Amino acid sequence: MRGVRVRVRKTCRAGTGLAIWLVFGAVLIPQQAGADEIWVTNEKDNSISVIDTESLEVTRTIPTGDRPRGIIFSHDYKAVYICASDSDAVQVMDPDSGRILHDLPSGEDPEQFALHPDNRHLYIANEDDAITTVVDVDTRRVIRQINVGIEPEGMAVSPDGALAVTTSETTNMAHWIDTATGDLVANTLVDSRPRHAEFVKHGTELWVSSEIGGTITVFDVATRSEKAKITFELPRIHPDLIQPVGFEFTRDDGLAFVALGPSNHLAVVNAQTYVVEDYILVGRRVWHLAFDRDREHLFTTNGVSGDVTVVDVARRKALKTIPVGRYPWGAAFRPTD
Amino acid sequence: MTKLYARGWLLLIWLGLGGQAVAEPVTVAVAYLRQEIERPPTLSDLDPVPADSGIAGAALGIADNFTTGQFLGQDFSLKVVSVPVGGDFPAAVRAALAVSDLLLIDAPADATLAAADLPEAAQALLINVSAPDSRLRGVDCRANLLHTLPSLDMRADALVQMLVQKRWRDVAMITGPHPEDRAFADAIEASIHKFGMEIGSRADWDITTDMGRNAAAEVPLLTQALGEFDVLIVADELHDFGRYILYNTWLPRPVAGSEGLVPRNWAPVIEQWGAAQLQSRFSARAGRWMNDEDYAAWAAVRAIGEAVTRTGLTDAEGLRHYMMGDSFELGGFKGSPLTFRSWNGQMRQPISLVHPRALVAQAPFEGFLHQRNPLDTLGLDEGDSGCAVFG
Repeated sequence: MRGVRVRVRKTCRAGTGLAIWLVFGAVLIPQQAGADEIWVTNEKDNSISVIDTESLEVTRTIPTGDRPRGIIFSHDYKAVYICASDSDAVQVMDPDSGRILHDLPSGEDPEQFALHPDNRHLYIANEDDAITTVVDVDTRRVIRQINVGIEPEGMAVSPDGALAVTTSETTNMAHWIDTATGDLVANTLVDSRPRHAEFVKHGTELWVSSEIGGTITVFDVATRSEKAKITFELPRIHPDLIQPVGFEFTRDDGLAFVALGPSNHLAVVNAQTYVVEDYILVGRRVWHLAFDRDREHLFTTNGVSGDVTVVDVARRKALKTIPVGRYPWGAAFRPTD
Repeated sequence: MTKLYARGWLLLIWLGLGGQAVAEPVTVAVAYLRQEIERPPTLSDLDPVPADSGIAGAALGIADNFTTGQFLGQDFSLKVVSVPVGGDFPAAVRAALAVSDLLLIDAPADATLAAADLPEAAQALLINVSAPDSRLRGVDCRANLLHTLPSLDMRADALVQMLVQKRWRDVAMITGPHPEDRAFADAIEASIHKFGMEIGSRADWDITTDMGRNAAAEVPLLTQALGEFDVLIVADELHDFGRYILYNTWLPRPVAGSEGLVPRNWAPVIEQWGAAQLQSRFSARAGRWMNDEDYAAWAAVRAIGEAVTRTGLTDAEGLRHYMMGDSFELGGFKGSPLTFRSWNGQMRQPISLVHPRALVAQAPFEGFLHQRNPLDTLGLDEGDSGCAVFG
């Protein structure tokens, strides 16, 4: 026994010590400028998988708080914000080191959020609490909390910063918030279980996806009235399984790529005519997506299959499947230069 | 049994939720009518039926409706009336109808029919939240009576689809002595025939010794007599003896039905499809897990709320018309929109197959196809319901 212990200690000094040093080095040494990254939250692994957009491999896996879902970078990419839903916190991480810098007071069960153009006010949907929380990321204080519908999730701030919108999954509304006063200025019904909201076309349109309703409602922002409703149809897949959740636009807002949940497809929507042009088969239960720098490749989170599909945007075809952690949920792009 | 309450009311709770109305406020009053029943004793007291079973679900539905309604100037209230065993249920229903024409009915099948057949109820909307009897969706259906609790045949079809999918085709069954047990056993048997299988062997539960001590001695003998089988179905809807069957069978075989792998419309282990949110909302209010009856009552109140929100109507006839129409769909945390069957008023919904620690699968299973909606592979389809009063 004694001999064995001595041998182990020797090995520790010589070998393991070096190995530990190398592992820490890999995590802590800042990434060299070069390939950009896609950051993916793994809801049931309490981690982030970092994908290199050139090699299309996972290069880092970073631990987070419990049940990470929404993820966005600050506008200067100096910080990454993570909704650690079951830790009841928004975590602020240094993207270079992967270290948690601090937590923001987020309200209970933060799910999604949006950062005001001022890079300072974070609008957080608190799913369990029927509240939208506004946090100042500099002072780390809650500025205000706004009562909204049940299970708020989708969160968007207009490009001019004047309006914020929360969508509530069980109330089935888009709640329009005046960011100057924090007042609700309108509550507009959408189809069942709204999940995601985005301002597009310089803030003139608001798009809201309805997961159970199976539609995207396009609002004219000036009048807050419904301008178009986009529906989806896939052969041999029952309409109930076609559940739009996340969506992203090409650079000129010409095309929208819409994740259709358990139908395992993306829809390609002409954002001018609102006509669905194409469907692309990806992984199982596709929810959120992120483009790379030139918007040539699109990365989708496939919760049930536990992977990310890389889509060739021009050819509208899946290129590669990358295994990540369990239940990948959110995705965000990070340039590294 | 003999205690009669002349007025028929024992309990009267108002859960009015005042709020900041936006437009001209409307108030939607919903009444919850319960006929209390006598529950036979069970071998174990580990899982008592909560006193507010169903009621707590309705209360959460009202709170959910109110949160939505506050943005539209719509207020919702719930009145709970609980009639003791032997009380005059129809009288209580009549009294409630004088105040509201939107009723949730938590009563056995006969009392439910008596309520629906009251002349005062003819123009009202009644939603059955606790009677699983298939006949209420079939030959005894009523045009003013919808159902959010799945029928026994829906649950049976869900389980049998799984047996087919797993190729557990050799089925044995033990049936308890109560009418509820026999009704579930009949539904299982009908479903097994529907899918081209047979029940190979069966036994009735008639052991009277204390199972807490004797299960390991009695159950192997009982199940040895059943011969060879793939799966043992236990029909024990009152949860009397079923818990003692597991791991005591002569052959090492899975147990399903009322115990083991159970087809349910809701259970604490459901966390998919956003259900974790509903579970935590319910648990925070009720201090316990949400059960099947709670879910049925929640879905009934939410269906009314959804119809009010979408139409601005508050009258029973208008709401029923919308709920039965093509535009209606309710997000129910089951992955598919919940709608009502046009031929018998049954809420279409997936059925979960669960054990106490996890969701095993959700029916309908892949490959069970239907020309209208895969959910219609569960329960009485249009052609075989025998219900003729739905236009």
